[in-house]
Amino acid sequence: MNMSDNFASRNVIGLSIGAIFAVVVVSSCFAVVPETKQALVVRFGKPETVYNAYKPNEDFGRTGAGIIAKIPFIDQIVWIDKRVRNFDMERQSVLSTDQLRLEVDAYARYRIIDPLRMSITAGTERRVEEALRPILGSSLRNELGKRPFAALLSPERGAVMDNIQTRLNKVARQYGAQIVDVRIKRADLPDGTPLDSAFNRMRTAREQEARSILAEGRKQAQIITAEADANAAGTYAESFNKDPDFYNFYRAMQSYRVTFGTDGTEAPGSSNVILSPDNEYLREFRGRR
Amino acid sequence: MNNSESSGVHGGPLLNEGGPWGGGGSGGGGDEPNPWNQPPRGRPGRGPAGRSAIDELVRRGRARFGGRGGPEPDAGRLLLWGVGGLLLIWVLWTSSHRIDPQQRGVVTRLGSYAKTLGPGMQFTFPSPIDRVTKIDIEDIRVKDIPEGGGTGQNLMLTGDQNIIDLAYSVRWNIRDPELFIYELANPEETVGEVAESAMRAEIARVALNDAMGPQRSQIEQRVQQRMQEILDGYRAGIAVQGVAIKQADPPAAVVEAFKSVSAAQQQAQAYLNEARAYSQQLGAKAEGEAAAFDKVYAEYRLAPEVTRRRMYYETMERVLAKTDKTVVEAPNVVPYIPLAPQQAAKVQQQQ
Repeated sequence: MNMSDNFASRNVIGLSIGAIFAVVVVSSCFAVVPETKQALVVRFGKPETVYNAYKPNEDFGRTGAGIIAKIPFIDQIVWIDKRVRNFDMERQSVLSTDQLRLEVDAYARYRIIDPLRMSITAGTERRVEEALRPILGSSLRNELGKRPFAALLSPERGAVMDNIQTRLNKVARQYGAQIVDVRIKRADLPDGTPLDSAFNRMRTAREQEARSILAEGRKQAQIITAEADANAAGTYAESFNKDPDFYNFYRAMQSYRVTFGTDGTEAPGSSNVILSPDNEYLREFRGRR
Repeated sequence: MNNSESSGVHGGPLLNEGGPWGGGGSGGGGDEPNPWNQPPRGRPGRGPAGRSAIDELVRRGRARFGGRGGPEPDAGRLLLWGVGGLLLIWVLWTSSHRIDPQQRGVVTRLGSYAKTLGPGMQFTFPSPIDRVTKIDIEDIRVKDIPEGGGTGQNLMLTGDQNIIDLAYSVRWNIRDPELFIYELANPEETVGEVAESAMRAEIARVALNDAMGPQRSQIEQRVQQRMQEILDGYRAGIAVQGVAIKQADPPAAVVEAFKSVSAAQQQAQAYLNEARAYSQQLGAKAEGEAAAFDKVYAEYRLAPEVTRRRMYYETMERVLAKTDKTVVEAPNVVPYIPLAPQQAAKVQQQQ
């Protein structure tokens, strides 16, 4: 019983090892290429085939992705990203033609369109990025440096970016890459004096605006007051001019009442009146006529 | 998302799980004892509690499947069933997928895109063959710029070379799950960068005052459009739902000057209000006085002489009734005028 037991267990272990070995061999004959990667098969260091290579506007499911066959232990697969990748440029200080400094952050998006070339010239995506980054920086400086500061802020920037993209693309092609897009992410004034002077300019501009608003307000107010005065004068004249003589009398009567405080208001001062008997009021006092 | 992991190497270990099962199957064909039943016998020193549990399991298994086995426990058969059961669970577990209403499931069959599953209970081949990545497509994500909802300033140059402090957020969702998964290396980061680039390009076209006030909604729209164009250019499979400018202020360094402008606007308005009030008051006064004169004049016209006299006397009466009167008869007499005390003091000072 024990003997057959041992034999059976040895048999099982052997079978298991055999199965595992078979699975390893079979699985190393195949590889799965995902949609996001391009697979470059290298045989003894010599690139053989590219699976799932990038083609523009292809439909997923009908790309080269899927299971592929290879010779185990001889074919090596180099995986290369198929997706659009991004690399940021280090912050660049750009001097415009009118000697203004601008801090620029840009990024480029690229994809590997020729895995074979890329593998030969750079090896990895990271090294492609390392190769392109300084070129992006210098072409950005060159392009932006040809322009006055104001143009960097204007829509003309689009043309600048196109130039940079064309230029960068030429280099990228050598690495089997294609530049999808180059964009300025940020364009700022450098900290310190340039930023402070810009702030100062803004501040003084606001102060000027504030003053001119005040002055304009005063002017409008004066005009309104003057118009009111004129209108009032017109109203008075229209009414009083019907009989200037009577107005004179009427107004004098009103004036006396105000002056002597008989209209209910407080008189401006105490009054003493010395009347001559010739006074109009006292005419009847004398009983003449 | 981590499709980069799903390389061919996975096939090995996964199929490997079938290894012991296959081995066990061939070993457990007959009723010979096999190595798997050794452990319970080989460990006599175990505590009664642990032992009894295993014994119980073995006994039950024997009663069920190992009837023919007699006294010798046929644990190989048990293992076979166990592994088979596990495999069945694995297949069921990895081939059925519950997709929520807001989700889509992107199926890759051996690495290649197969189909996209809609909401509901969906079935695929089990795991090593089909893999399903569930993606929320309806869920609207919000990207705040600057990150974290605006600690610190986010300064931008405007078209008139001024500087604005801008905080905004972008709402986006996934329009096309396959593109979203397969086209961009890091889509979420891309959204942020595209937003920043588009916003800065747009702000560089407008003047500071427009950006702070009247043109905000147009800027939001144009940034949304521009972002959509750029992202479509990348085939990102992303739909930009909206851009919202949360804050568009002058930088902190010059905010006082901007306040002085609004203060000046208020002050100017105050001047105008005062002038208008004066104008209304004066106009009303003039009209009132003119109307009063007109009324009196109308009466006067009816009887000029009498009215004039009456008014004269009435006025004089009221005036003189209130004052001290001195009537001087002789023309040469200079009257002594009793000045009031303070008036007298003034007169003395002047002398």
